[in-house]
Amino acid sequence: MKSLLRALQFLKPYWHWAVGTLAAMVIVTVSGLVVPRLTQAIIDQGIAQRNVNLVFWLALAMVGCALLRALFEFLQGTLAARSAQGVAYDMRNALYSKIQSLSFSYHDKAQTGQLLTRATSDVEMVHTFVGMGAVQFVSALLMIAGALALLFLTDWRLALIILVIAPLTFALFGFFAAKARPLFREVQQRLADLNTILQENLGGVRVVKAFVREPYEAERYGNANRDLYTVNLRVGRLVATAMPMIFLMANLGLVAVYWLGGYQAIGGRLTTGEVVAFANYIMMAFFPMLMLGMIIAMIAQAGASAERVFEILDAQSEVVERPDAVELPPIEGCVAFEHVSFRYFHSGRWVLHDVDFVAEPGQTIALLGATGSGKSTIINLIPRFYDVTEGRITVDGQDVRDVTLNSLREQIGIVLQETTLFSGTIRENIAFGQPDAPMEEIVEAARAAEAHDFIVSFPDGYETRVGGRGTTLSGGQKQRIAIARALLLDPRILILDDATSSVDYETEYRIQQALERLMQGRTSFVIAQRIATVLNANQILVLERGRIVARGQHEKLLRESPIYAEIYYSQLGGGLEETAGNVVRDAWCITDTEMTP
Amino acid sequence: MMFGGRHMRGLAQGTAKPVEMGKTTRRLLHYFHLYRVGLIALLGLALVGTLLQVAGPYLTGVAVDQFLQFPAATPRPTWLDRLLPVGADRSTGLTITMILLLASYLLAQVAQGGQLYLMNVIGQRVLLTMRTQIFERIQTLSLKFFDRHEAGDLMSRLVNDTQVINQVFSIGLVRALGITMQVIGISIAMVALNWRLALVSFTILPVIVITTVLFSHRARTAFRRSRETLGDVSAELEENIANVREVQAFSREEETMAEFQRVNVANRDAVVTAQTLASAFSPALNVLSTVALAIVIGYGGYLVLTPPAPPTGGGLVSVGVIVSFLAYVRHFYDPIRQLANLYARLQEALAGAERIFDLLDTEPEIVSAPDAIELPPIEGHVVFDHVHFAYKGDEQVLQDINLEALPGQTVALVGPTGAGKTTVVNLLARFYDVDQGAVRIDGYDVRQVTPESLRQQMGIVLQDTFLFSGTVIDNIRYGRLDADDEEVIAAARLANADQFITRLPEGYQTQLGERGRNLSQGQRQLIAIARAVLADPRVLILDEATSSVDTRTELLIQHALDELLKGRTSFVIAHRLSTIRNADQVLTINDGRIIERGTHEELLAARGMYYELYTSQFRRREGT
Repeated sequence: MKSLLRALQFLKPYWHWAVGTLAAMVIVTVSGLVVPRLTQAIIDQGIAQRNVNLVFWLALAMVGCALLRALFEFLQGTLAARSAQGVAYDMRNALYSKIQSLSFSYHDKAQTGQLLTRATSDVEMVHTFVGMGAVQFVSALLMIAGALALLFLTDWRLALIILVIAPLTFALFGFFAAKARPLFREVQQRLADLNTILQENLGGVRVVKAFVREPYEAERYGNANRDLYTVNLRVGRLVATAMPMIFLMANLGLVAVYWLGGYQAIGGRLTTGEVVAFANYIMMAFFPMLMLGMIIAMIAQAGASAERVFEILDAQSEVVERPDAVELPPIEGCVAFEHVSFRYFHSGRWVLHDVDFVAEPGQTIALLGATGSGKSTIINLIPRFYDVTEGRITVDGQDVRDVTLNSLREQIGIVLQETTLFSGTIRENIAFGQPDAPMEEIVEAARAAEAHDFIVSFPDGYETRVGGRGTTLSGGQKQRIAIARALLLDPRILILDDATSSVDYETEYRIQQALERLMQGRTSFVIAQRIATVLNANQILVLERGRIVARGQHEKLLRESPIYAEIYYSQLGGGLEETAGNVVRDAWCITDTEMTP
Repeated sequence: MMFGGRHMRGLAQGTAKPVEMGKTTRRLLHYFHLYRVGLIALLGLALVGTLLQVAGPYLTGVAVDQFLQFPAATPRPTWLDRLLPVGADRSTGLTITMILLLASYLLAQVAQGGQLYLMNVIGQRVLLTMRTQIFERIQTLSLKFFDRHEAGDLMSRLVNDTQVINQVFSIGLVRALGITMQVIGISIAMVALNWRLALVSFTILPVIVITTVLFSHRARTAFRRSRETLGDVSAELEENIANVREVQAFSREEETMAEFQRVNVANRDAVVTAQTLASAFSPALNVLSTVALAIVIGYGGYLVLTPPAPPTGGGLVSVGVIVSFLAYVRHFYDPIRQLANLYARLQEALAGAERIFDLLDTEPEIVSAPDAIELPPIEGHVVFDHVHFAYKGDEQVLQDINLEALPGQTVALVGPTGAGKTTVVNLLARFYDVDQGAVRIDGYDVRQVTPESLRQQMGIVLQDTFLFSGTVIDNIRYGRLDADDEEVIAAARLANADQFITRLPEGYQTQLGERGRNLSQGQRQLIAIARAVLADPRVLILDEATSSVDTRTELLIQHALDELLKGRTSFVIAHRLSTIRNADQVLTINDGRIIERGTHEELLAARGMYYELYTSQFRRREGT
């Protein structure tokens, strides 16, 4: 409820439209309430008094009323749409920009699908509430108040009918709504279950076929399908009971009016026209009541939606700029980790313990270790995607927490492990970090990244659309575009999450060459799955469970670190002593001679 | 379906009109054929409901004429005469009429409830059948089909199209039936009560129909536009939420924000346009039905006051008749609007139905030959005999592939990306059928045996590991459903997956997210290997099975793999050396042909393409 009121505050910029909606609504209600009065006058004054002229004029007045009502109904509709859409628009923008600003630790916990649902369905729900629910709520209240007033003015005894019917209807409605809510939720749940099975079945079609699990899958789906069917039947039964009962209440009201009103008319206390008008007003009060019932159900939903939306809007980013943060001046590229320890959650496991090293400008630092040893965490701390838990990280002597995020990140180029391209052209993707880069620079970057050749082989060249509905690129091609993207930035610090595992050797070789060109003269951090990448590094840091267990250059480590040696030999597949190893060594020598002019 | 139905429907709406309406409708109706009895009952209820509904306003009119006015405005109808006790006063008459009215309303609502109930049961059954049929059909289709159709498209058929069909054909059809009866019933009642008044009240009808048609056409375009723009908003959101790390890494928050605002504005404007149109529509209809009412009242009033016709003594029309008419007119025009709506939805549903029938009519490309036999337990002797294959048209992917793997041998396939390695194993598992030549296992052509019996004896670990949402243990058990927990854990140990699994928060019972998202790529591959271990197949296919595992872990798995490979015929695709080095045969594939074959040592010595690929990873050292 509180969140709904807060959601309504998004109406502020559109207050003039909101006020217009309300004003139009009053006119609509009044002109609606007049009609039964006119009918009454036609019957009592026109027909009963045998006044044909009056009948004619009153009928015309009815049409006039209808026109007036229609005009303002239209105004009310369009103004409500405008203000509600304004709210949805602002809310989505706010959500979007919030989501963009939240740090990695938030996104580690949040699921893409959930965030998406909140920005679409939940905003939509709030929008529907503001645009329809709230408007209809007020309109229903006005209508009920007006109809009730007229009923009591005409005959207060007869008006008591509504006081019997209304609570009964409300009770019925409440009863069924309470039963329906969990059922509807269950339908949604079952439907989601069914769709998950389907989605997985389609996505994993090879696995299903490979293991001959079609019958099993059919059974799984069949069960979920039947579950959905069963709960849908229950919903159907409920609706088939509830709807007629509620409408029967309206019918009862009518019968009561004619019956009791009829007695009054026979007694001469009411005119025929008044009884007819009374019946009309009863209906006018009844349907808005039903509407109120539905809106109350909707309020609960919209409230929950608004709460979920505000949950995101209120989320605190763990990485925030200090108010006194300064611009980081152009850097040399000296990165120092000073006794850095890190954990993702407050009470979580330590991911890094006392990591301490200095990368001099222009050096290449290779990070080595098993999955989960903390390599990615180290590189994520440098652009401040997370903040250290203990210790500090400095760039050219400045603590990264003392400078603005943009000035820091703009000087760091990153090639992430799983490259995702944005839907757009190849050119736009390369220029992602610098949208106004001239074409020559883009081509140059692509050339350096070994990407130019395959790009121009496409019919549309640099204007080829990729991502989303565009051309599908292979892993190696995406990787090279990501490298070109980082190259274009010309950063002082470079971070490479080396993942060339799914490309063949030939491609890998070319990518490696591109990477090496990229690393020249920059401080580079490389996560390498393969030893070959790290042979030339100035420093190799071997990580195990968040600690640096060995550091130094290749030869030294090969001698001194058993872990490093193990990794090294695992790469070559079992040891150089074997015959195969000799062939490899042999191959090296030959390559050596071939490469030497 | 009160909530959330709108989104579902939205997706399917923008589609073109169905091509063969008649045929599709007939086929769709065929599903309802099974429920003839129910449908007839439904029809009966609708008929009764209509009669009772028509009775309501009539009785009200009678009450007004006979008892509220004195003297009675019209002669008493004969049925009422018979019901009334002799010499009954007006109050008794009113009471009796009101009891009748109450009874008719009560029965009408009972009939209504019955209709709703039957409608739901029949609709849900049809939906159940249809969903099952589609799913079962999908299971029989070959991979060629899945290459051509995106999963999203298939999803939408199963989810949205069936939903729309349900809404239109169970709910809509019955309602259309009910509405049509109501319109006819009311028309008859109106004409019977007073044909003059009936005729004038029908005059507005064409105007309403034309307005509705014009509006609904425009509204549909406008709403389609607003759905499309909402789709753009979602797409933009999805892309940027998924890639938020890149956006932050490149400090592109402002630019992406600007882009988002652009689609957001487009959506806002489209929705405002659509809703403005919609908010003009219903007032316009209200005006029209009020005009109809005014006509009834005005003309009716005139008729009441017209000099009495000699035989009856009253006016041409009584006040009671006007009261009945007011109710009838309301009940007459509202359904017509609903009918127009239903017609538009019907078009949509038929388009959806056509897509579903398309799918149901798709013939599986891989079918067991009529005389297919069960493949008996095999030794694992695999032969490719002059095999040619193209995924589509004449883009030859494999040309004249010949190979023989003796039982227990390991065959390594190497070559650049796109050379056709995966295609070879796809043909072996008969995910596709060869175009020319034959694939034989133990002398049986794979096309002569049932695909089930073939694949049951094969274990496949694929490049793109797919995990299902569920627990870790269930995912491994997928390899052999009847394996008990110990067997599953033993398989996981062998695959070296046990170590990381036991470190998960709930060990083997840990729930995996969609596609196993909460595991790393490498961990997913380990689970897939465990799955294959559990299946204990005669022929094993490893397609890049360890590509995302780090080298130390790979070394550990290597021992497991060596164990696993022992005694089985294995096909291994790998970019890494360690797996290949021990193979009995290494085949280098390039452009769909086998260009080299031999052992690792032989191929290295030959200094061909294999040598190139193999040594390329070391070149760097010298290159710099």
